[in-house]
Amino acid sequence: MTSLWPRIEPLLARVTKPARYIGGELGARHPDHAAGKVAWLLLYPDAYEIGLPNQGLQILYEILNERDDAVAERAYAPWTDMEAEMRAAGVPLFSLETSAAASEFDVLAFNLSAELTYTNVLNLIDLAGLPVRSSDRGAGPVVVAGGHCAFNPEPLADFVDAFVLGDGEEVVGELTEVIATHAAGGTGSRADLLIAMAAVPGVYVPSCYEPRYDAGRLVATEPRFAEVPPVVDKRTVADLAEWPYPKQQLVPLVEVVHDRLNVEVFRGCTRGCRFCQAGMITRPVRERPLEQVNRMVRDGLARTGYDEVALTSLSSADFSGIGEAVTQVVHDPQCSGQVSVSLPSLRVDAFTVGLAAEIQKVRRTGLTFAPEGGTWRMRQVINKLIREEDLFSAVDAAFSQGWRRVKLYFLIGLPTETDDDVLGIAALASRCVEIGRGYHRNVTVTASVGGFVPKPHTPFQWFGQNTVTELRRKVGLLRDATRGNRGLNLRWHDPAATTAEGIVSRGDRRVGAVVEHVWRHGGTFQEWSEHFDLDLWTAGLEAAGLTLEDTVYRHRSQDEALPWDHLSAGLHKDFLWQDFEDALGEHGLEDCRWTPCYDCGACTGYGLEHVVASAVPPAGGSQGTGQDLADGGRVPVRFLTSRAPALAGSGRGAS
Amino acid sequence: MSVLPPVRIRVRFSKLGRVRFTSHRDVARMWERALRRARFPVRYTEGFTPRPQLSFGLALPTGCASVAEYLDVATDADGVDAAAELSRLSPLLPDGVDVLAAAVVPTGTGSLQEDVTSCEWEIEVPGTSPGRLEAAIRQALDASVLPLERERKGHVVTDDVRPSLLALTARRAGQGARLHAELATRPRGLPPSELARAIGVELGPARRTCQWIERDGSRWEPLVSTGIPDDTTWERAS
Repeated sequence: MTSLWPRIEPLLARVTKPARYIGGELGARHPDHAAGKVAWLLLYPDAYEIGLPNQGLQILYEILNERDDAVAERAYAPWTDMEAEMRAAGVPLFSLETSAAASEFDVLAFNLSAELTYTNVLNLIDLAGLPVRSSDRGAGPVVVAGGHCAFNPEPLADFVDAFVLGDGEEVVGELTEVIATHAAGGTGSRADLLIAMAAVPGVYVPSCYEPRYDAGRLVATEPRFAEVPPVVDKRTVADLAEWPYPKQQLVPLVEVVHDRLNVEVFRGCTRGCRFCQAGMITRPVRERPLEQVNRMVRDGLARTGYDEVALTSLSSADFSGIGEAVTQVVHDPQCSGQVSVSLPSLRVDAFTVGLAAEIQKVRRTGLTFAPEGGTWRMRQVINKLIREEDLFSAVDAAFSQGWRRVKLYFLIGLPTETDDDVLGIAALASRCVEIGRGYHRNVTVTASVGGFVPKPHTPFQWFGQNTVTELRRKVGLLRDATRGNRGLNLRWHDPAATTAEGIVSRGDRRVGAVVEHVWRHGGTFQEWSEHFDLDLWTAGLEAAGLTLEDTVYRHRSQDEALPWDHLSAGLHKDFLWQDFEDALGEHGLEDCRWTPCYDCGACTGYGLEHVVASAVPPAGGSQGTGQDLADGGRVPVRFLTSRAPALAGSGRGAS
Repeated sequence: MSVLPPVRIRVRFSKLGRVRFTSHRDVARMWERALRRARFPVRYTEGFTPRPQLSFGLALPTGCASVAEYLDVATDADGVDAAAELSRLSPLLPDGVDVLAAAVVPTGTGSLQEDVTSCEWEIEVPGTSPGRLEAAIRQALDASVLPLERERKGHVVTDDVRPSLLALTARRAGQGARLHAELATRPRGLPPSELARAIGVELGPARRTCQWIERDGSRWEPLVSTGIPDDTTWERAS
């Protein structure tokens, strides 16, 4: 590998935030490339300050570099000014650690966390000097991708050679071995390599599958070869305790998002919010042992010098040991009040506020809750079972304990939503302002409103997304309803961006042409409002012979083939459909950690179990269980020990 | 909570190699983290958001190297021990940031921001002969006023920067030339990028070599170091 640094360095004097391109983070490895070692370049397709904190890439970075047969380096999307300088100077995409050209690596591995970054994936492949279409790449690095968006990979199927579904900890090693064996053989074709990769469980090679269409509609996606499975199942790490990564979290030289120590306390979530893809595809719940959490926090703070630690998960107040974990940091004499704890994704209840009070003894800046729906009816539909009393008592507790700013997250464009449900958002937020004024003269309640994008592998995967016009109208309703309320601050996500996200979220393989069109017309960094342009996306749709109506706005029928039917997150399709029907009937569904199994498929299909330390719901947490708080310790509990795998097609309650 | 005034330790450090592409704010955060990693007893501010009491000198423009950066650290610990501890902090700092000297600041000493009156720079001038550089320098120094448009708080203002040019000399360096400049910090500092526009010469990589405090006819450095990396290594420390 040759270092491109002498050609990179002169460019840095002319670009914004040049430290994005110098590496040198605490924890960065100095890989020793050698014959026989598979060289991975891990890529996050957005700016350095967004990509660096990504825990998934950092975990794989360590696991790969610990292996004798692999090395891993990193790269992020160069900002537009740097890209222009690189292209003008003929400098290709390079790695941060050794400044090596991306094309010299054996694997380019992308993290896919957001649909609007897909045009950057194409741009990075192009910046590496490679053809963007897989079929045009006979040699050079194989391009793989993982992360949540890989659960509908079809829009990138023409550009990415292989996708990894689910947890990547084990798969990266298995892929390394397959690639090393292929390289050692020296004679196999690219097609042979891809078929060998497709034999690794959890790996989906799109060129081995053929989508069939009839009258402009997808009817099936089928294997082209007998060697590949008809349905690719996701991978799940059964026990988080075996994977205490990252052990050496990267500490960047420049400010990044989530610039703090991050310790993952559990993976998976069974609260069952029906709009939430993460909660569906990462099941079951796997808690990290409290002692391990405490050790990772203690060692991590000492090693990094960070003054903030986040205990991360999809709902951190649900962690069985959350109180103890927080107390450890807050009362650790080594931390002496200088370390703050943050809990992303808080539940809405008084227990949470108590926890926050413990954490934010000094800095009571703002508290965030996510009721998501404006009315109880709406929240039953989405299965976010927060009663008004829950929210108001949490907000009351927050204001009475010194907070002056409360932020509330909501979605609009949800199934069955009426204008009353939308206006319920304004009513809830206004009531919160009134509660606050009982304690302080000046309070701010921010209602942050996002447009709902239906996601694959969720009960709402059949739902037709609201049109951009409808979302704008609903934002308008809220603006009118909140105008003149000084304490209420309304913010909303751009409905145009929500619409573009919808094109990709449930798009089939034909949407790849749209992504390519947007990229070829300069549409990179579409996550950034200053670069986002819906016109590029609609022009791309038109050029591909597709419509917003058919791709985004249309309700899907139960018997329709979905572009991800050949990929499984373990969830039975009839469970999802039943849950969708329950949603339309306004029926909530309890959290299965503490109630009998309803056989969604995530555990039973893979012979897994929830790994939780507590057989009862956390104190005070009614959200998602719909249960009386006083009843918390007496919920009937049945733990899965071992069960025969559910028969294919067996539905909910069919045990 | 101590009632005694805190001890101040002044640190002189370098910023060489790749790390020079980080910003002034980035450097502040590096130091905060390094001090926490060392469990160094920095004094914290009181109030709602306790902050470590660190006070940095004049900001170094992003991309410029330096062997004369300064930082004052407030501590309640014994001054001599604390200075010794800080002088050994380099391994906890990023590559290229090294402690060159550390010493207790005598009471009554002003802050770095207030005291420093000028900075010395070594600036590469690739692609220009020493003769041409010499001519540009003479023209600039001979001018009675040297107007320069620059941005200030979002507005474009025209300043006379001639008074900021305390000394400019040209030297031969490899294929091109090297400019040695001493620039005043008041009323407003003149970074190398603005110097380049003022004298009409394209300038390459710059290194700050000295900061000076001048008062009552004599001048001195905020803290002298004997272990400054030599000229041949500063450009590519990485």
